[in-house]
Amino acid sequence: MQMKTLGAATIATLLAGAASAQDQSIIVQSTTSTANSGLYDYLLPMFEEETGIQVNVVAVGTGQAIQNAENCDGDVLLVHAKPAEEAFVEAGYGTSRTDLMYNDFVIVGPEDDPAGVDSMEDVQAALSRIAEDGALFASRGDDSGTHKKELALWSVAGVDPTEASGDWYRETGSGMGATLNAGIGMGAYVMTDRATWISFDNKQDYEIQVQGDEDMFNQYGVIPVSPERCPSVNADAAQTFADWLVSDAGQEAIGGYVVADEQLFFPNAPSN
Amino acid sequence: MQNMGDAFGLALQLVFSGDADLLEVVMLSLQVSLTATTVASLIGLPIGALVAIGRFPGRNGVLIVMNALMGLPPVVVGLLVYLHLSRSGPLGFLGLLYTPTAMIIAQTILITPIVAALSRQVLEDLHAEYAEQFRSLCLTKLQIVQALLWDARYSLLTVGLAGFGRAVAEVGAVIIVGGNIDHLTRVMTTAIALETSKGDLALALALGIILLVIALGVNAAVQSVRMTAAKQAYV
Repeated sequence: MQMKTLGAATIATLLAGAASAQDQSIIVQSTTSTANSGLYDYLLPMFEEETGIQVNVVAVGTGQAIQNAENCDGDVLLVHAKPAEEAFVEAGYGTSRTDLMYNDFVIVGPEDDPAGVDSMEDVQAALSRIAEDGALFASRGDDSGTHKKELALWSVAGVDPTEASGDWYRETGSGMGATLNAGIGMGAYVMTDRATWISFDNKQDYEIQVQGDEDMFNQYGVIPVSPERCPSVNADAAQTFADWLVSDAGQEAIGGYVVADEQLFFPNAPSN
Repeated sequence: MQNMGDAFGLALQLVFSGDADLLEVVMLSLQVSLTATTVASLIGLPIGALVAIGRFPGRNGVLIVMNALMGLPPVVVGLLVYLHLSRSGPLGFLGLLYTPTAMIIAQTILITPIVAALSRQVLEDLHAEYAEQFRSLCLTKLQIVQALLWDARYSLLTVGLAGFGRAVAEVGAVIIVGGNIDHLTRVMTTAIALETSKGDLALALALGIILLVIALGVNAAVQSVRMTAAKQAYV
């Protein structure tokens, strides 16, 4: 008797799980910075109230988000690695890519600043100094948008940090938050997007030391996944979401998101 | 170390404020892991029993494999389930990825070997004790399995608890197949991972303390069932 009840409960649970995936809902494959900074918690209730479409966010690194979307496991892609996003659309996985918003990357470091990069604006010079000094630097090392950007900046600075991997260059292979936790734990410099940093709680004696270089610009884009490539996607709802984000209402909402008196994301969708 | 003090305070505060989000996450954790434990028991106990009483060629090999599978890495199970349930995978048409069902499937795969391997050992020991009696009664295999499962039921409860403990504590599998979606697939362990990545270590630790207390509660409930039943048996 007891077994029967348990069995029935199991089946009910399985069915409930299957049912909750349907209705009007979409899955957004997203970069972590937009989720960890609380942007979605602020933005999505507005969108859901307006359209009745429920948005489920899977927050992973940009590399994994793109991979998941290529496997048709999402309806919308919202990441920050323009070349990879354009390749995604070109390969037919996405319908079209639109600039959504931007913020910038910063390099944070410990108060005693072993490489002496505090208040520098020139990111190339700062990276060169860190490399020359052999000061610890914690990298994402996970093929995320931030990681790709960081590698591009090293390459411009003419340094191949991966030669020192395991020495002063520490690749954590994990998300932004985990890398910040690790970097702060070992006294290493870390490059992070500003939104994650502002809303990060475990700062200890760390502060922003390098910022303001044009090369540290961080552009986010939004792409609905193509229904031709992935027939299972909820194409209408995905398009509605992407359209809302770049609409005046969506852009205004993004610009209005503030943490600790600082605006985290700056809307810059092309006006239609 | 000040995080520890903060965490205990925060844990108490969260529990006593009756936070609705927390309750939702706790309930989903229990729902997923208890269901996975139930399904794993339904599959694992018969396998354990058959291997315990069976004598067949290659049995040693089966034992080694069963025992080795107890060490299945959750991330690998998560990846395998993801590849199957992904829209581009063979079972993608079911639309199960990023649902609690996917998490139940992953945890079931993770803990079925634990239930099978541990119950096999328990039942084999018991069988050695009963073998002659079974022979004298000329029981069928099915009757033997039934008798063994019934007589070992209290030890098997502990086996189930070992499986539950593994399921409710793992994060690697559920975060891949569930996606840690707020109000849909967020469970205690993925919430802890998320708060850690936000650098809110006190909140992460507070959730960890609550998870431990929940595991304690489940174990206490099973223990009390066991004691009540044992008492009745001697009346």
